[in-house]
Order: sequence, then C-alpha cells, then structure tokens
Amino acid sequence: MARIAGVNIPTAKRVPIALTYITGIGNTSAVAICDAVGIDHTRRVNELSDAEVLKIREHIDENYTVEGDLRREVTMNIKRMMDLGSYRGLRHRRNLPVRGQRTSTNARTRKGPAKAIAGKKK
Amino acid sequence: MARSVWKGPFVDSYVLKKAEAAKESGRNDVIKIWSRRSTILPQFVGLTFGVYNGRKHIPVSITEDMIGQKFGEYSPTRTYYGHAADKKAKRK
Repeated sequence: MARIAGVNIPTAKRVPIALTYITGIGNTSAVAICDAVGIDHTRRVNELSDAEVLKIREHIDENYTVEGDLRREVTMNIKRMMDLGSYRGLRHRRNLPVRGQRTSTNARTRKGPAKAIAGKKK
Repeated sequence: MARSVWKGPFVDSYVLKKAEAAKESGRNDVIKIWSRRSTILPQFVGLTFGVYNGRKHIPVSITEDMIGQKFGEYSPTRTYYGHAADKKAKRK
C-alpha cells in the first residue's frame, strides 16, 4: 500500500499505470514522472522501496497540480467564466455544450436524460 | 487550433484607432464596434465597447479577466425565451 498525493492508493500494478489513478496524471505525465525519478516502467508499485515512493511523491508535489487542487482550479475557472457573462459562461450556466456542438439532437452528456415532450408525435 | 504566437493577437485596426481616440479624449463614451472577432487587449481595460450582435450594440465594460478573449464572447447573438408551455398540459 502506497500513498501518493493524498488519498490515492494504487495497487500491484505497474508504476506508470498505478500513477494514472491520481486525478490530473494521465499516461503521458505518468511515464514522464517515472523517467524523471529513474524508475523502470516494468516495475510494480509493491516492489518499490520507501525512498523511491518518497521521490515520486516529492516530484509530483513540485511539478503537478493534482486531486483537490486541480478540481478546485477547474471549478474556479468555470465560475470565473460564468461571472464574466461570456458566452462560454452562459453555456455552463444552462448546462449546454460549451464548444459549439449541435443541440438539436444529441448533447445528452450535458443535457442529461431525455425529457419526454407530450404530443410531439402523432 | 490556437493561433500562432508569432502573428500576435488579431485586432481590427479600426478598433485600435477608436480605442486610442477614446483614451485621449478621456470621456467614457460607449465605443461602437462591429468587430466581434477582435481580441481584447490589455490597453482596452476600463473602456466600454458597444459590441454589435447583429441587431444592436451591447455595452461591454472591459475588465482584466477578459483579456485574451474575443469581443464576440460578450455579446450574445441569439435570443431564447424557452419553449412555450404545453397546450395539453394547460387544458388539464
């Protein structure tokens, strides 16, 4: 059991894969971290020594925004757009797609489950 | 895709001219512009622009947070009042 960046406890997986369990670290940055700290990609988390885990933890603390901090940053950015009254903010307020997708059909991810409209079909 | 950095930010030249004139005169009139595609530059902060939305000029006072975005972002072009209440639902 290894705790890196707060609550995350990746398991018996290979190090780059285990690191992607942290919010804000995907495949690319996970591999980059392994390279920077000098850990072979084929090694597993339970084979790591405490010193190596510590090294990874410090490297992430210094160079990446992860977990709660990252989530806060994202919501702050969205809130800022909403407060400014920009078009993107308006779309966020209405829970509609922000990047110009069509909304006549689809867009279910943003709009949620379809609401039945009475009397639309004969 | 983002615009190349070496080109610099895009601003229609008449917007720049109008903004400078407004700054020199010192009066805080609404500057009417049609160029929704122009980038908001740092020197525009504090000025008020009337950004055309196809029908009228929407007054937008520029703050620091808006720098780097386009004028069009702040002048919505569509009016939507929501769907009319359902007729059948009304009858009941």
